[in-house]
Amino acid sequence: MSHKDTPPTQTAFNLKGSMLTIMVLQLHETNLAVISEQLRSKVAQAPGLFENTPLILDLSHLSDGQASLDWQALLDLFQAQGFLPIAYSGGSLHWRSQIQDLSLPWFNSPVQANKNATPTHIPAKIVQQPVRSGQQLVAEGDLIILSMVSPGAEVLAGGNIHVYGPLHGRALAGINGDEHARIFCQKLEAELVSVSGQYQIRDELDESWFGKAAQVYLEQDNLKIQSFGV
Amino acid sequence: MSTVIVVTSGKGGVGKTTTSAAFATALALRGHSTVVVDFDVGLRNLDLIMGCERRVVYDFINVINEEGNLNQALIKDKRVENLYILPASQTRDKSALTQVGVTRVMEALKERFEYIVCDSPAGIEHGAQMAMYFADVALIVTNPEVSSVRDSDRIIGMLASKTLRAEQSLDPVKEHLIISRYVPGRVNKGDMLSADDVQDILAIPLLGVVPESDAVLKASNEGVPVTFQEDSDAGQAYHDITARFVGEDRPQRFIQEQKGFFSRLFHHP
Ligand SMILES: Nc1ncnc2c1ncn2[C@@H]1O[C@H](COP(=O)(O)OP(=O)(O)O)[C@@H](O)[C@H]1O
Ligand SMILES: [Mg+2]
Repeated sequence: MSHKDTPPTQTAFNLKGSMLTIMVLQLHETNLAVISEQLRSKVAQAPGLFENTPLILDLSHLSDGQASLDWQALLDLFQAQGFLPIAYSGGSLHWRSQIQDLSLPWFNSPVQANKNATPTHIPAKIVQQPVRSGQQLVAEGDLIILSMVSPGAEVLAGGNIHVYGPLHGRALAGINGDEHARIFCQKLEAELVSVSGQYQIRDELDESWFGKAAQVYLEQDNLKIQSFGV
Repeated sequence: MSTVIVVTSGKGGVGKTTTSAAFATALALRGHSTVVVDFDVGLRNLDLIMGCERRVVYDFINVINEEGNLNQALIKDKRVENLYILPASQTRDKSALTQVGVTRVMEALKERFEYIVCDSPAGIEHGAQMAMYFADVALIVTNPEVSSVRDSDRIIGMLASKTLRAEQSLDPVKEHLIISRYVPGRVNKGDMLSADDVQDILAIPLLGVVPESDAVLKASNEGVPVTFQEDSDAGQAYHDITARFVGEDRPQRFIQEQKGFFSRLFHHP
């Protein structure tokens, strides 16, 4: 199609202000080997979860006295694990001067961890149909499944996950780091449960819960399974 | 009004072709004008089961490519009125099933037949997707074992997303479960999933159970759908399934209740 075929009235684009949730990584350490090691184990906890995840590198937790590092190598490291570093933010002049000639933009706006931000309400995603083998469902906030989750299916939520039928597949709650997220299900048969990156595969789960109604949550970084009753 | 029925499963060798042939035959025996279409391009064997392999001149792919017309490719069954077979090509592959071509053939079949039974290839790729795309109803054929059930679950998920009905937000494809090659004795011993287990996992209504039966082997060797062995268990199972499909009430004869706790306790193999 040539340019003159395009009707002149057609709007080529809209500029819209928008609020996005983007994952922020606060750097505490400048030793590449240490970062690499911890990143690898984090990603291994939820393979595929961070595939193509945009990432902002927050420098504000680095002190000027810390050893400097090879920034390009750092970016490569994140990319190798599937992340897409898109910008830097925060940090003292000392650190900002080091990243100046790198390809990524830096922005000033102080990145706030979610808990400090004004809570914005994300409506829950409600699903009527069974989630079948091979299907993957992702919700930004809570995910409510009125039917079952089949073996080989995967459900992920930034918030809580409720499954009112049997949970046979994989359920990952709090995927953006919410440690208070929980998984609730009427019949626990899961292949994997995870809250905020802490996960257990079926073989590690306490068998006595299989077939029962249960909730899964984090207590001091450990996954707990409990009944609903108090 | 015509109804497109896909016979599908995900896994291969579970009894899709056996079911397509037996079910289409039983529909025709009840007086419904029926065509059974082989979507298993490259591995055609519906024509063998229907006993018409020597009469194939033009096939489904020829019609898609407009190398022959539909009337030339449709084979009239010699035993039953109202029954036709549209064979697949043995020399092509599934990519020959173009969306445009399949659409045109299905539209033409709908003009002419009350029921269009589509025998799906195994797998979840293009061939299986084309077989299910136009379906109004799906017969999900499953064997009572974990991997077959898992694959069927996957297929049921695809029926809800990769069909014309899903794309156009029409009423969803109606799903019926057929559990095939069922051996109640092995279920009782715990070697095989029970019909209840399978229904629990798949959560779709059970149309019927087809027992493991020597009659099926005999039928396929002779090229006579098992529907004609009226005194065989599998033949009766397919008659029951077809009767239920058209709305008749038939008791489930081939499940045989799972034995209770005590009889299992005292069961000596
Ligand atoms: N109910 C049954 N009892 C015994 N054998 C069966 C039964 N159903 C199918 N078979 C056999 O299983 C094999 C695969 O069946 P087929 O209908 O070709 O499966 P598919 O089309 O799903 O690949 C064939 O050898 C067939 O004879
Ligand atoms: Mg087949």
